[in-house]
Amino acid sequence: MHVELKEIRKYFGEVKANDNISVSLEPGKIYGLLGENGAGKSTLMKILSGYQPQDSGEILLDHKAVDFPSPAAALGAGLGMLYQDPLDIPPFSIIDNYLLGRDNRLSLDYRTVIAEMNEIITRYGFEADIHAHIDTLSLGERQQLELVRLLAGGAQVFILDEPTTGISVEQKDVLFSSMRKLAHEEGKTIILVSHKLDEVQELCDHAFVLRRGKLVGQSTIPCPNEKLVEMMFGQVPTRRERLPFDLGNPALELINVNISTYRLNVSNINLQIFAGEVIGLAGLEGSGQGILLRTIAGLIQPESGQVVVSGQDLTKSSYHKSRNFGVAYCAAGRLEEGLVSKLSLTEHMLLAEPTHTFMIDWPAARERTNSRIEQYQVVGQPESTADQLSGGNQQRLLFALLNPGLKVILLEHPTRGLDVRSMDWIWEQMYARREDGTALVFMSADLDEILERSDRIAVFSGGVMSRVVNASEVSVDQLGHMIGGQA
Amino acid sequence: MILPRWAERFWPVVPIIGALLFIIALLFLFGADPLESLNIMFLKPFENQAKMLSVMAFWVPLTLCALGLLVTFTGGLWNIGVEGQMILGSLGASWIALTVDAPAFVLIFLEIIVAMLAGALWGALTGFLKTHGKVHEIFGGLALNNLASMLSLYLIAGPWQPPEGGSFRGTPPFQEAALLPRFAESRFSPISFVLTILAIGLVFFALNNSFWGLKLKALGKNARSAFLLGVSSERETIYAMMFCGALAGLGGAVRVLSWFDSLRQNISGGIGYLAILVVMLAAYRLLLVPFISFFFSLVLNGSLTLQLKTQLHSSLGGILTGVMVLFILLFGEASKLGFRKEVEKDE
Ligand SMILES: Nc1ncnc2c1ncn2[C@@H]1O[C@H](COP(=O)(O)OP(=O)(O)OP(=O)(O)O)[C@@H](O)[C@H]1O
Ligand SMILES: [Mg+2]
Repeated sequence: MHVELKEIRKYFGEVKANDNISVSLEPGKIYGLLGENGAGKSTLMKILSGYQPQDSGEILLDHKAVDFPSPAAALGAGLGMLYQDPLDIPPFSIIDNYLLGRDNRLSLDYRTVIAEMNEIITRYGFEADIHAHIDTLSLGERQQLELVRLLAGGAQVFILDEPTTGISVEQKDVLFSSMRKLAHEEGKTIILVSHKLDEVQELCDHAFVLRRGKLVGQSTIPCPNEKLVEMMFGQVPTRRERLPFDLGNPALELINVNISTYRLNVSNINLQIFAGEVIGLAGLEGSGQGILLRTIAGLIQPESGQVVVSGQDLTKSSYHKSRNFGVAYCAAGRLEEGLVSKLSLTEHMLLAEPTHTFMIDWPAARERTNSRIEQYQVVGQPESTADQLSGGNQQRLLFALLNPGLKVILLEHPTRGLDVRSMDWIWEQMYARREDGTALVFMSADLDEILERSDRIAVFSGGVMSRVVNASEVSVDQLGHMIGGQA
Repeated sequence: MILPRWAERFWPVVPIIGALLFIIALLFLFGADPLESLNIMFLKPFENQAKMLSVMAFWVPLTLCALGLLVTFTGGLWNIGVEGQMILGSLGASWIALTVDAPAFVLIFLEIIVAMLAGALWGALTGFLKTHGKVHEIFGGLALNNLASMLSLYLIAGPWQPPEGGSFRGTPPFQEAALLPRFAESRFSPISFVLTILAIGLVFFALNNSFWGLKLKALGKNARSAFLLGVSSERETIYAMMFCGALAGLGGAVRVLSWFDSLRQNISGGIGYLAILVVMLAAYRLLLVPFISFFFSLVLNGSLTLQLKTQLHSSLGGILTGVMVLFILLFGEASKLGFRKEVEKDE
């Protein structure tokens, strides 16, 4: 199907999220949509998929103007979108969830549906277990499920908004091969929104670049990364070298920690982390890194062993007690765990601060918020609500909410959804915290990020911390082998 | 049902108009003159001081309960137990009125304090059952409502029965000093009105300017994120229930000390449940609550008059409010389901 967007405009108050954008998409091709955080990518894609209306401009499908009142109507016309933040209704089984999207049927014919889904799942090499409940699925599995739903709904155009953040390498490979199959063999159109240029180079045939709501360039792929980066930011951002840092006293000690959860047991963790040190936790999705972070944060109680922070035993302490003691935790699911959609930035700031007054001094709080969001370059007003921020800016807000003077910072997928420039910026801010004696522990699906940003790397597989290595002494390939469980 | 934009702007007028049209149709069906009936219900009371005072006397406890509910709703709590909290308040006030001998101002002061404490205790109990016993506040609230009304029946029939023997109807009338001073032989007490206005200010302040209100707001919108941001859901849940319970308890005191002059069966008159409807119709907006509450009081009092004048049963008022709520739920769901509209509203 031929898709054309003509002079699309969408303003949010003063913000010109989309400012006169025109693009034309051929069937059978994979397009990349690039641009810095807040450039207007998600806005444009949400318009195309019927999630929100444009202020002006036209959408043409096979040269006929269309207007979608809802995402369901867009899917009916063949446009399906995978949102940046999955919009699920958790406590259903996959089949129920699938049926929800197909309310045209009166009776629920489970057997046909299961056969239909299994057919799609095998055709594209997906692995999601359709009998599982959604809340037990990983992000990557939920995503496959969403794709299955779109495929069954008859989508001709697939819009994927940052689909590879937070999913495993295997899941990414499966996703990409299914995308290739859909485009190159079945003639579907794919639009990939991504900040990862390597992925764009790997998958796409053509790329569009947005900046501040305008289409500022396009190019066939492959093309040099520098050229894309220059289009995205208007210049090639310079990177600052990470300065060496003298480590201090032990900030976090894990002694014989055993954790058991219903999904996985993590056993016998021994690790000493020093003030100012950055530790990366590497491993396949669900190998125990996340569970360990939550245990240190006080969200999970270990079965045995000790968690010691700055010489104080916090093994039995609650999340709030640990938090007050200076242990900060940022979860991966921004709008589910960490931010409250309809609260303003100032309100978030007030909640996160370590000390509170009984009465709120709104003007002063606004001032503090303003300087904090300036420091972390959150594009938004103190009055903006969290869900009005672009994905990357929500991520920056999470960082902006970290108080000064912390002892340990625990991060799940810290740069999820950030553009290259702000990724560097955020890491710079994190490194600056070493001066306070803060130790940093983070997990990431991105091995390059782990290698580049950490001092030491703890490798996890199947609930076991199999080894701890110096980041300077391993290569990406070696690390890849280690997390696969091979030496 | 999807509302057009203009209709959304005039919320909550839409469900009210919808319900009124429904009632007019109903009146036609019963062969009554709709214009005359509506006139009796809505306009006549404004010409008659006694009627107006009666409406206001009903308005006071209804508004107090609704204000309390606004706080618990903000925290994401379905405080069905407000009815029981109100009953407990009336028990607390009655206890002082029946047992303490003191000058009027001391008595009234004590009655109000004890009533608020009793209501808060009942609220805290529901909160505690939720946070420590994993009993959902709807079920805990219903159970405690039941318990509260049993307790009041027992007290009326037993320890507090009139000397001439238990009639199961109520306690003997309280001493004059224990009653709230009332305006011109009506049931309306100016003190209770002033307290209600103060409560409106207090709730406004709590929700908009106190850190506590912000914590509740966060809890109500996303309990998980609020927890991660440092909000203790257990403590705030119990506090919110106590806050609501105290206001409802005050409402209960007003019922026994000015609407009636003794503790009666069915002292609450369903005001607790009615208050839930008020808050929903007000779309959880504080500044709408006093007006919606006034409207409800008007309708319910008006339908009593209607019965006297036209033989139509007074349940008409109940039907009217009930239908309004159905209309709200009908339209209210739309804004939840159609997330598309949410997006547009932000502009
Ligand atoms: N509902 C909304 N209300 C107000 N402003 C909004 C809303 N949605 C988006 N914006 C603003 O529009 C701009 C573009 O946002 P958009 O989400 O399209 O960015 P993006 O390119 O997807 O960025 P990211 O890479 O961070 O996801 C941002 O400045 C954002 O704050
Ligand atoms: Mg986006």
